[in-house]
Amino acid sequence: MGIALNTLLMLIVAVSITGVINRTRALLAGRKGLPFLQHIYNARLMLRKGAVYSTTTTALFKIAPAVYLGAAIVAMLFIPVADLYPLISFEGDVICFAYLLALGRVALILAAMDTGSSFEGMGASREALYGALIEPAMMIGFATLAMFCGYTSFADIFAHEQSLNIHLTIVMLLTAYLFIKITFVESGRVPVDDPRTHLELTMIHEVMCLDYCGVDMAMIQIAGWLKTASLSMLAANAIAATGCFHWWLATPLAILLTGVSVGVVESTQARNKLLRNTTFIVTISALAALIFFIGFLLQLNINI
Amino acid sequence: MNYYITDNTSTQSIALKDIPEVEYAALYEDLSERLKQEQYHIAHYFARPEQSRLMFYLILLDDEKHQIMVARFAMEYYDDIALPSLTALHPAVHPFEREIAELYNVEFGAMPWKKPLRFDENRRCRTSTIDTYPFYSIEGDSLHEVNVGPIHAGIIEPGAFRFTCNGENVLHLEIALGYQHRGVEDEFVATDNRLRQTLLSESIAGDSAIAHSSAFAMAVERLSNNKTSQRLQAERTIALELERMAMHIADTGALSMDVGYQLGQVACEALRTVTINTTQAWCGNRFGKGLIRPAGSNKPLTSEKIEMIRKNVEEVGRRYAEVSDDIKSSPTLLSRFEQCGIVPRTEMHRIGGVGMAARASGLGRDLRTSHPFAAYSTKLNHESITQHDGDVMARLMMRCQEVSQSVEYIKQLLATIDTTEAVPAPNYEQTLAPEHFAFGLVEGWRGEICHIAITNEEGKIDTYKVKEPSLHNWLALALAVRGEGISDFPICNKSFNLSYCGHDL
Repeated sequence: MGIALNTLLMLIVAVSITGVINRTRALLAGRKGLPFLQHIYNARLMLRKGAVYSTTTTALFKIAPAVYLGAAIVAMLFIPVADLYPLISFEGDVICFAYLLALGRVALILAAMDTGSSFEGMGASREALYGALIEPAMMIGFATLAMFCGYTSFADIFAHEQSLNIHLTIVMLLTAYLFIKITFVESGRVPVDDPRTHLELTMIHEVMCLDYCGVDMAMIQIAGWLKTASLSMLAANAIAATGCFHWWLATPLAILLTGVSVGVVESTQARNKLLRNTTFIVTISALAALIFFIGFLLQLNINI
Repeated sequence: MNYYITDNTSTQSIALKDIPEVEYAALYEDLSERLKQEQYHIAHYFARPEQSRLMFYLILLDDEKHQIMVARFAMEYYDDIALPSLTALHPAVHPFEREIAELYNVEFGAMPWKKPLRFDENRRCRTSTIDTYPFYSIEGDSLHEVNVGPIHAGIIEPGAFRFTCNGENVLHLEIALGYQHRGVEDEFVATDNRLRQTLLSESIAGDSAIAHSSAFAMAVERLSNNKTSQRLQAERTIALELERMAMHIADTGALSMDVGYQLGQVACEALRTVTINTTQAWCGNRFGKGLIRPAGSNKPLTSEKIEMIRKNVEEVGRRYAEVSDDIKSSPTLLSRFEQCGIVPRTEMHRIGGVGMAARASGLGRDLRTSHPFAAYSTKLNHESITQHDGDVMARLMMRCQEVSQSVEYIKQLLATIDTTEAVPAPNYEQTLAPEHFAFGLVEGWRGEICHIAITNEEGKIDTYKVKEPSLHNWLALALAVRGEGISDFPICNKSFNLSYCGHDL
């Protein structure tokens, strides 16, 4: 029962975040905005369509969206919603989670190179660079949790009720902040990438999918939602763990945390110059290292 | 050197026989000296067949003495005279020499780059098309080429951009235009219907409809020796400034959109709508088509319309000032716009940049100051706004400041309009002086627009030449992106916002 509810809640989060982002942006722009579920209608429409493939592409190009979506689905199944239990869980699944995301990314990068388009090659090289740069941040983030809680699976990390102390609160809140930052990068949002732009030369994620349409495009979009939901739920869990560790708090928290913050940032900020993205992402890794260090000191019970 | 000297307030055309005919060698010598100085630049330089000869006309502008200098020289059909290229000394001349070379197969000696202006590489070879244009390319293992266009993802016109990149950095950009050769200049000659010609002038470039139709009206009024009333001139100036406001605001919004700044984008889109709707409420068309007519107007301002325009313009000016303050105080926007796409002043002068983009680099090319026309010469004391950095931010700030200047001008001019004074209806039947030469020089929002009309012995327009500021400024864009990241090309491009159809004619 708990496991089914857990999966259902993850899906709800995945569907809602994009809706909340659109609503927030519309609100700040003084517009009426799209219907809350417009992106779902769009995806449904695309799923009904066929696909057109360029003659220069190979099987790699056709497989990639399935791999990308598959990896995102499995990765999502590792994530617990606060006190609920996820479908899949084993020792060391945090590493598996990180590399499932990497697998999906590699599949898309190869597919983009497969088209032979100069735009997509450019996008692929950017995605590979930023993917490589964000990986340390994610791994160090997981390492902090693992070290502090003594477990290496998400379910165990969050499920074992920790004695509520100030040390845990500090580390958890810092980690939550880190995960939100990572969510921005991983889901290709302002200030790193701009999913709304029509300018191929500035895109990162979108330009890799230029040759996809119909079912494949829908799969890539759905995978994107799941990825965002997983990372956002990790942040929400970390916050919930400091006080009220229940699924009915963590779920809306995950939706609002990412939805509102992305919406506000996208309305009020310009995106980075592409060169500055590198600095931006490396800073996130530095932040992760700092949090790890803080966690380490706190665990040693050093008086600070 | 002997030039025919006139100015932009003159109401008369020039008899062809009054334009001194000179030797090319003398002209070449004179120009190669004069163009070194910033005060001179060429407004137009073109050739036209006259009997057995090819006659070259040159219109040189003297910004300091506010003079317009006209000269011509001829080439016989069997002439074997050498025409050393001026482009080799002054790259600013390049579009004119390229046009003459491709239209009349005139060889300019030592021309550095014989790129056609609007046609394919070799018009005499049947397999050569615009799609097989050989772009300049650089060899190297670490370099790659990115081609954008000629069909673009957005709703814009065709133009191909070939980037040679080293990683994310642009080493070189070549721009190829000429995908929509419409034959605008020939259309003017093909008809003798003045109304049709007026409509044509409005359609040269949709975003500068008012500026182009004003230039056409000026040229035709000079040819028919028609002195327009102060009121009509004031109304035209108001229309021109409204167009400037609308386009500058639209570009601010577009720049905000390209860096993903939503608030600036939606605010500017709303303000631009108010501005063009004001134009619509005045004349029935949002881009001011139907407003400018030779020798008169169908849409004279009434006191209600004056009040409406004043109210809207004031409101737009106030709200736009808020947006521009937001942009100026937002660090994320400044980090995108500053130090991006720089064209230094010396470079701008060398390539002959004009208009707003030149002023953003500190080069004060502004016909409203240097060759005032309409109400700029009588009712307004225009002072050009210039910036110094020549980057995207400078071009954006030009827009912000010019909008508030335009608001002031519109309010000033509206106050001077006496609605009891009669405005004549447009006159499409006026006879034009035969064998005369007339120009229309107007500072549109993008820069100087130059129209030239030459009549034959029957008083019919025989040659019509149009010059859009984009003709000069496309090269500035190519230079601006050198050394920039390729992902910054869109904002550099948008900061110039050049016209494809204005170039391709």
